[in-house]
Amino acid sequence: MSKLLIFLTLIPLLPILTTSFSPENPSGRRVLVLLDDLALKSSHSVFFNSLQSRGFDLDFKLADDPKIGLHRYGQYLYDGLILFCPTTERFGGSIDLAAILDFVDSGHDLIIAADSNASDLIREIATESGVDFDEDPAALVIDHSSYAVSNTEGDHTLIASDEYIKSDVILGSKKIEASADIAPVLFQGIGHSLNPSNSLVLKVLSASPSAYSSNPKSKLSNPPSLTGSAISLVSIVQARNNARILISGSLSMFSNRFFRSEVQKAGSPTKHEKSGNEQFLTELSKWVFHERGHLKAMNVRHHKAGEADEPTIYRVNDDLEYSVEIYEWSGASWEPYVADDVQVQFYMMSPYVLKNLSTDKKGSYFTAFKVPDVYGVFQFKIEYQRLGYTSLSLSKQIPVRPFKHNEYERFIPAAYPYYGAAFSMMTGFFIFTAVHLYSK
Amino acid sequence: MVGAGAGAKKTSPEVVKSGSGSSTMLMLKLKLKLKTKQQELLLRVSILCLVYVLAFITRLFSVLRYESMIHEFDPYFNYRTTLYLTENGFYEFWNWFDSDSWYPLGRIIGGTLYPGLMVTAAIIYWLLRLLSFAVHIREVCVLTAPFFASNTTIVAYFFGKEIWDSGAGLVAAALIAICPGYISRSVAGSYDNEGVAIFALLFTFYLFVKAVNTGSLAWALASAFGYFYMVSAWGGYVFIINLIPLYVLVLLVTGRYSMRLYVAYNSMYVVGMLLAMQIRFVGFQHVQSGEHMAAMGVFFLMQVFYMLDWVKYLLGDAKLFQAFLRITVTTALAVGVIALGLGTASGYISPWTGRFYSLLDPTYAKDHIPIIASVSEHQPTAWSSFMFDFHILLFLFPAGLYFCFKRLSDATIFIVMYGLTSMYFAGVMVRLILVATPAVCLISAIAVSATIKNLTLVARAKDNNKVSHSGSLKGSASSSKASSKASLDQSQPFQRNGAIALLLGAFYLLSKYATHCTWVTSEAYSSPSIVLAARGAHGQRVIFDDYREAYFWLRQNTPPDAKVMSWWDYGYQITAMGNRTVIVDNNTWNNTHIATVGRAMSSYEDEAYEIMRSLDVDYVLVVFGGVTGYSSDDINKFLWMVRIGGGVFPIIKEPDYLVNGEYRVDKGAAPKMLNCLMYKLSYYRFGELTTEYGKPPGYDRARGVEIGNKDIKLEYLEEAFTTSNWIVRIYKVKPPNNRW
Repeated sequence: MSKLLIFLTLIPLLPILTTSFSPENPSGRRVLVLLDDLALKSSHSVFFNSLQSRGFDLDFKLADDPKIGLHRYGQYLYDGLILFCPTTERFGGSIDLAAILDFVDSGHDLIIAADSNASDLIREIATESGVDFDEDPAALVIDHSSYAVSNTEGDHTLIASDEYIKSDVILGSKKIEASADIAPVLFQGIGHSLNPSNSLVLKVLSASPSAYSSNPKSKLSNPPSLTGSAISLVSIVQARNNARILISGSLSMFSNRFFRSEVQKAGSPTKHEKSGNEQFLTELSKWVFHERGHLKAMNVRHHKAGEADEPTIYRVNDDLEYSVEIYEWSGASWEPYVADDVQVQFYMMSPYVLKNLSTDKKGSYFTAFKVPDVYGVFQFKIEYQRLGYTSLSLSKQIPVRPFKHNEYERFIPAAYPYYGAAFSMMTGFFIFTAVHLYSK
Repeated sequence: MVGAGAGAKKTSPEVVKSGSGSSTMLMLKLKLKLKTKQQELLLRVSILCLVYVLAFITRLFSVLRYESMIHEFDPYFNYRTTLYLTENGFYEFWNWFDSDSWYPLGRIIGGTLYPGLMVTAAIIYWLLRLLSFAVHIREVCVLTAPFFASNTTIVAYFFGKEIWDSGAGLVAAALIAICPGYISRSVAGSYDNEGVAIFALLFTFYLFVKAVNTGSLAWALASAFGYFYMVSAWGGYVFIINLIPLYVLVLLVTGRYSMRLYVAYNSMYVVGMLLAMQIRFVGFQHVQSGEHMAAMGVFFLMQVFYMLDWVKYLLGDAKLFQAFLRITVTTALAVGVIALGLGTASGYISPWTGRFYSLLDPTYAKDHIPIIASVSEHQPTAWSSFMFDFHILLFLFPAGLYFCFKRLSDATIFIVMYGLTSMYFAGVMVRLILVATPAVCLISAIAVSATIKNLTLVARAKDNNKVSHSGSLKGSASSSKASSKASLDQSQPFQRNGAIALLLGAFYLLSKYATHCTWVTSEAYSSPSIVLAARGAHGQRVIFDDYREAYFWLRQNTPPDAKVMSWWDYGYQITAMGNRTVIVDNNTWNNTHIATVGRAMSSYEDEAYEIMRSLDVDYVLVVFGGVTGYSSDDINKFLWMVRIGGGVFPIIKEPDYLVNGEYRVDKGAAPKMLNCLMYKLSYYRFGELTTEYGKPPGYDRARGVEIGNKDIKLEYLEEAFTTSNWIVRIYKVKPPNNRW
């Protein structure tokens, strides 16, 4: 009885409870930051502040803190993870390589910053994400032609790169550094290469063709293993479950010092007041934490032309209408996504129909087509993969049946001669029989 | 048989008109003249009733041993469709497009099956419901085959009566009731087309012979309807539509052409053909397929014969007629050949199918169509299975043929032709023993009946003779007859004893036949094959119910739209019991699709993964007998998968899986064999298991070897379920790697 009472009192609360879970918010707010040294918190404060000012709740922990954990009671405690701990050999608490990979595989985001002397653990996480850091632990990316000019004649490991990926979705529509010329991004650290068998990893910032990766302190005896624009400085991965990973070979590029420093690329006459790092990394972090380029599709509907209900089966040559709504997350709300290249397939082992969807610019996409004259189990498929956007992969199964026995035309005009022949034969036979039997 | 044999002996005084002396009824003899006939009728009816019941109950072993369940593979499809028919009505059934099988192609059920069986069962079901019997459709399905087997015995009686006499009919009914060749396909639970088709086949033949004997239009039409029922029930109707023309041709050649034959064949062919076209699966085959052209050719030949007869009558001049005959026959043949050639060349007449070819040339399928050759019931028949299925009938059959040839008539010619052709087909394909069984039973029945009748005649004649000699009362007419006979027989003094000895011998043989049939039925043909039974170490019965365990696991633990890939053998069972979509099933209509599955099974895991992804496969099911020693598992069927896969995709080559032409799974196996998907799925984690005391772990009991690859790692699949005896193993296809 008391249980029933509790239950009854809980019923009015149900809507409140459900609404508290329901808003679909792809950019989670809780981020765990693991550091080698708490001093990083202040030395990289500009980057962290920009996150906090966007509403992220950062939880700073030392990487070897024994109390850290990613989940409790089957629930993840964080929506994102920032690993600014390049030298950590093992994490404290329950976090290990598998825990971090599970974290990503269950749809959470990750930022990894490595550095020279990156630990094996960080390297393994990167390898599992599809990038391989230079195997020489002391190696740095060296570039003798596009280094950043500095006061002291250095070893050209401080690189000024402006070879960004060309994508407004990933890097924001505002060009880095509003001034006439684009300010390069400062980078000092270890280079990595992309695993060619991984189709999901992308170079965001790559080294110039003259770069190579080697230990600056020793003489170059063997040809360097990584050279030229094959070296990636910053890479991103968008996993199949749309978890996003940012991998950088340099921790110092996030630092206040690099954010603030003025930069002049070797050979370039212009001297920029401020490096491109702040804008580059801020925009990139917006992408990684799903504040940009996150799509969702909902309300997939299909029905016969002129009807409203979704049938369980179509017939060949039916006219049907298909609609879907696609929205993009703007960081605060779902906005209609407008594009003219969304296509739907009517698919059975291969697409029988492939049509562009027309949009009403309010998020709704629509098309109408005729079911092909083939029966089978078809799928409405949308495979929408655009650079920077989350991939939309929708499929809805629907069988297509042939005509029923009573759906054919009863009389075919072309067959009238045969009908005539049959009936005249019958009457003729009848008359003949009558005449034959009774003529005498 | 025992009952019928004894009955024949008892009734012989009444049957044989001459032997009318029954010493107990001497006084009532004249008064009871009519009564004897009634008595005989009573005996005949009661024997038939007993045979009817016997045919039914001997098929119930499987229900008693196991439970009321559907057997084997195809019956599960028939059951599923019958269920659909009773639930949704005939029109829904007729237009049923099944999206649960042959994913993603689907299957038009209504257009690709013989609906006779399902409609029959549904009608019985509705009838019982109408009579307020609350039966489940499964019970009806389980008992349909025994019921029709009982009906077949009645038909066999009338058929035997038609071609020989009522005694032969009774013997035929009794023989066919328990003949193992027929029981193999008609035990309770074996809910397959053949169950009703043999009834329909024999019924059609009976009606046709009746029509030929009487020349009656009504019997011919009845046989056309019988043919229609046969067409609706089983693809074996092709046998009828070829045997009857062949028979007619033989009659024409032997100069037995008559008006009776003309009426019987023409009306049966025309009406039967029109009716058969109403079955969607058959459609226009009667006018368009090569297999049916013989019937049409004979039909036209009949018209030519009729015309010739008429011309002969008009001409009245033998010489002129000879010339005319020559011209007409030549022209008719030429026209026929040209029409056939043109039809075939233009594609209007389809050529013979592979199955038909493989009947005429038993090696054809092996060389050209592995999918037909792979089916176990399409294998050539071994001598032992003839002995097993026919027992003494195998020796009685030639004797019966002898009697038939001695008393040649239109009807006996038919049964001889039926017997000889079906025996040939039974030799080609093991499952066609079924078609030969009625013919063998009928011909043997003639032999038994004629022999026993002759022997009793001899035995009783002596007896009567002695009785008359001892001075008892006798009807004058019969006495004189008997004495004349006796005087004839007296030349052979030991004849009576010999006859009695021979009768005892016949009795012994027939009782042996009865025991053999019962033994075969109970031991060999009553196993449902979906539940396996074995003897345990202490002689107790061990039941392996792994199949149903696996299918119910699928039903309860996988998403409703999950697609299951397995070898085609298990397709019907998965859809019927697991209620899940399958890629291929026992309706082997699309060779390419089956070959794709065969290719996936014989590829390396990563290649197979691509194929499975393209077919949206969620689960893979394999059958494995290594733990229980169950030999008809997927590893033993695997070479067929390779052959069928390789037949379409030449990238799969059979020699890659063999070592020096030898198929093996141990350490000496071919490397591709040890790493193909089927091997991995069958033997995954098997290397950790000790199956038999004193043998190393990973000892395969079905093949008696230690497996060659004990350390199997699966990359793209994961084990989802393995049944308690490891017979069925189900694997889940993993989604693609999240980060790659």
